[in-house]
Amino acid sequence: MGRNKEREIWLAIGGIFLLIYPFIFTLPFPQHIMIMIFLYASMGLAWNMIGGYAGQIALGNAVFFGIGAYTSSLMLMKLGVSPWVGMLVGGIISVIISFGIGYPCFKLAGHYFAIATIAIGEIAQHWFLNWDWAGSAVGLKLPILPESFIYFEFHKSKLPYYYIAFGIFLLTISCTYWMDRSKLGCYFRAIKGDQEAARSLGIDVARYKFYALAMSAFFTSICGSFYAQYVLFIDPDSVFPLMLSIIVCLIATLGGVGTVWGPVIGAFFLIPVSEFTRIYFGGGGKGTDLIIYGFLIVLISIYQPFGVIGLSKLFKKRETA
Amino acid sequence: MFNAEFILQTVISALLMGSIYALVAVGLCLIWGLMEIVNFAHGEMLMLGMFSAFWMYTLYHIDPIISLPLCMAILFLIGVATYFIVIKKILQAPFLAQILATFGLGIFLRYLAQFMWSPDFRMIQNPALAGRLRFGEIFIGIPELTASVISVISFVLLYLFITKTETGYALLATSEDRDAACLMGINSDKMYALGWGIGAACLGIAGALISNFYYVFPEVGFPFALVAYVAVALGGFGSIPGSFIAAIIIGLVEGVGGLIAPAFKYTFVFIIYLLVVFIRPQGLWGRY
Repeated sequence: MGRNKEREIWLAIGGIFLLIYPFIFTLPFPQHIMIMIFLYASMGLAWNMIGGYAGQIALGNAVFFGIGAYTSSLMLMKLGVSPWVGMLVGGIISVIISFGIGYPCFKLAGHYFAIATIAIGEIAQHWFLNWDWAGSAVGLKLPILPESFIYFEFHKSKLPYYYIAFGIFLLTISCTYWMDRSKLGCYFRAIKGDQEAARSLGIDVARYKFYALAMSAFFTSICGSFYAQYVLFIDPDSVFPLMLSIIVCLIATLGGVGTVWGPVIGAFFLIPVSEFTRIYFGGGGKGTDLIIYGFLIVLISIYQPFGVIGLSKLFKKRETA
Repeated sequence: MFNAEFILQTVISALLMGSIYALVAVGLCLIWGLMEIVNFAHGEMLMLGMFSAFWMYTLYHIDPIISLPLCMAILFLIGVATYFIVIKKILQAPFLAQILATFGLGIFLRYLAQFMWSPDFRMIQNPALAGRLRFGEIFIGIPELTASVISVISFVLLYLFITKTETGYALLATSEDRDAACLMGINSDKMYALGWGIGAACLGIAGALISNFYYVFPEVGFPFALVAYVAVALGGFGSIPGSFIAAIIIGLVEGVGGLIAPAFKYTFVFIIYLLVVFIRPQGLWGRY
């Protein structure tokens, strides 16, 4: 009981800190970093639903990110619909597409599944690279509209973006938290542990895998729409890359796969590292930041294969032993 | 436009490309068969192979066809080093950590190459192998033809090495059951290192051959590696002949698909993969 209370207090402190953060750090750069952390944490949490809880190593989540980004942008540019509506429609389209992906792919095991999702990601990228109506390889430059909540564009400060990103993050983590406690989470973990055993206990394995992927798709797609409105320029190389699919998986793995807080910890570590190396070493097109980034990924995978949460569990075990 | 010669020309070019893909894929397949790790740095190692051929030509004027054994040796060493520095430490790690470690290594190598040699596209000027042969209306590039012939020879030699020699048996035994092989006095550590060495050496050969007719730049490996992953999965993880045939099929699909819609040639490849695993989840010749 005491432990729970302590935890609630820490959560409250953390929440309040994040709420007043943009008033402590008023410069655009620290706010930008925090927005990126929220965005990637949400995507990591979304990946965690299918990859962490249900144990299906999907390496194609960029598909949903791209669909979210393109749906809201295209609806705004071609139909003049508010990106908020586009965000929701993108989420729904992503869920429908996730069913289309899941149907052939859920039969596949391990590496076959991973490669199949990579293949689908590449198909999506090539499709958008050659789709003239959707801007093809040139990409979409979103129109600059008057600043308003409905248009989802704010030019004077990053503050509204900050709170929207925070909201998306809260939504994703609440959903994860709820899932972790509910029957759904138990089913997912059972499927991850042993698919055959789960089936023999009467769990409809195929159906729950669909649920996991659909949830993952929906939240990733929302992040995509947010990204498009935040950056105001998208092209297939920036919203559909394999790199993005792997980074969201990396964020979850780094913090701890299949845990509520794992992806959050991962994002809080990885995003500042990548942003700061980009700022300090990224100049001149030499790619020094990415050398360091790649090196760190290798180092972490070697020395901390179970993520930071694995580390804390190790300490707990030592304490009790 | 779509006359018989044109189609024959496409099919022959596609077959030549397919046999080069096969050499890239076989290294990946060998490594997976040994320790069930997919090397996501495969494309970058191929890039290193191409750059070794390029620099030997540019700095010491050794033609790629002559420096081929040297490139092979360099990549063999890189492969062995990769095993001891990175892979050995993640053998028992979870599946995800293994994916990420090799992927991180790939990013590291790619941007290291970009840092040292800039992202420019380079080409070997006037290699010894150039020009093309003419059979009636059909033209075959000499570099492509040589590359394909040497690829097939290397593949056959590798296959004979694995299935006919003592060391090859030891490799097979280790991939079959590591612990049992250890009990028979096979040093599995050595076998794994050898597997990585050979897997990378294939890329040294492939890299030297490809550099004769293709641009060399830090990101060159990505499409080749992507094709190799699909080939290995399509053929069935762990099956070396399977990955060879799958690579040929992929070359054909890419070539013929490129005839129909050039922008979507890789899309056709991925769709073929999805169709095949949808019908046979273990790939064409998979073990399970």
